[in-house]
Amino acid sequence: MLGIAGTIPIEDLPLLTGGVTMENGNIRIDGRNIPVDRGTAALIGAAVKTSEVLGTPPPFGYVVGDIGRGAGSRTLYKYLVDTFAESGFHTFTFHYLQPIVHWHNRLQQIIHGMETRPVLIADAGFMYVAKMSGHAAMYDLFTPDIGELSFLADETAPHPFYTRGFILHDENRVPDLIARAYEHNNAARYLLVKGKKDCLAGREGILSEVDNPVEEVMEAIGGTGDTLTGILSALIYSGMDIEEAAVVAMRTNRVAGSYARPTPATQITDIIRHIPKALENTLSLQ
Amino acid sequence: MSILGFFKEKQKRSSPEGDGNADRGIMVFEHTGEVIQAEDILKRQGWEARVMGPPPEVRSGCDLVIEFPLIEELNILRVLDESGVVPLQVVPVTGPLLQPVDLFHVKDFGGYVMVRAANMKLTIEKETGMIVNVSGGGCPDVPYLACEMVGRSLDDAPSPRAIGHTLCGYALQLAYEEVRRQCLE
Repeated sequence: MLGIAGTIPIEDLPLLTGGVTMENGNIRIDGRNIPVDRGTAALIGAAVKTSEVLGTPPPFGYVVGDIGRGAGSRTLYKYLVDTFAESGFHTFTFHYLQPIVHWHNRLQQIIHGMETRPVLIADAGFMYVAKMSGHAAMYDLFTPDIGELSFLADETAPHPFYTRGFILHDENRVPDLIARAYEHNNAARYLLVKGKKDCLAGREGILSEVDNPVEEVMEAIGGTGDTLTGILSALIYSGMDIEEAAVVAMRTNRVAGSYARPTPATQITDIIRHIPKALENTLSLQ
Repeated sequence: MSILGFFKEKQKRSSPEGDGNADRGIMVFEHTGEVIQAEDILKRQGWEARVMGPPPEVRSGCDLVIEFPLIEELNILRVLDESGVVPLQVVPVTGPLLQPVDLFHVKDFGGYVMVRAANMKLTIEKETGMIVNVSGGGCPDVPYLACEMVGRSLDDAPSPRAIGHTLCGYALQLAYEEVRRQCLE
């Protein structure tokens, strides 16, 4: 099973768990419809679309309302701490959660004690807390953009907001930033860096790059990183190894973006609906 | 639950700091009276705050500081500001010399301009001043801020400082201020 956990920007939304489907452009989980407009809902939407093409079971979601006060995130952390050991996931993606080190570490202890560990993917706030806690190396994959890569590369920064100025957020320095993140053990086994040129890297450096098709405006569109992580999560769950899945996901996300004929004002829902065709196109070329 | 179990559970809940302080910040005030006031305000609002001595790197303020959850800096500063208790300085526990990001990256897309501060990006349509996208970030107020701001003009949209809660919200505030500054030029 593929599990995905994160928050939804609806303050009073209770914790919802269950298999996720898509209906009329919304994700449907535990009897509730949630708009796929950004964040974890966009990631789940992209994973559902990918699973439909691959013929794999839909993802199992854990979502809760949180607008930044942290209460929903705490509820979700606690639920995961109580249930994760028996969950039996093949792949698990942690996404928009308030970075809270002591809750992360409680969950990390549970995972550490598991006989068979899922493939662990961390993005957004959960990637921040994984780095903050000093346990980044226990994850299989982080998916930072260039600003977040700079944060991973700055061994002193507790959050991207405090990344030091001399670690410039410059795409030309991506290989240096990757090396620095690994040097201080602030990176997962793999890093998928989202940018003008997407790349997959490991401790030994860049392993693959995808820079085509080029749609520079994708950087401005909220949720394009979330869809990439969603596609990738579903591909890894389908049995593809991480290196192959990363290349397919990087290309598929770009092609889906290109099909949407994007402008800086395009919304992520316009891209998600093109994922099935983009994935079929990419897989046919593999 | 047994009495022993109850105390173990209570101990677990009340000692999060035992797992490290990487997500904690320090607020420095001019006078000890402000420290006491701020601690009282934060505790009444349900935050974990504690008074402690300042680290050697902090050279300003009185001889007490408040430790608080750093991620919620924006929300906490707003609450203190509303009460008239404003810290001289706010720094991460793990790096008292660290400063908030002050570099901006501006990308011109013709009819649109995007400003990035740290991990947050704000894009507006030049002609109308309409906020068309918010991207980047990882704290849970980012999707919320995007919902509240996208589709509204810079003059009508709420500022991240007014409705955000976290450091990602704070970074978006800096991008928002830079966009406004550029629009006025």
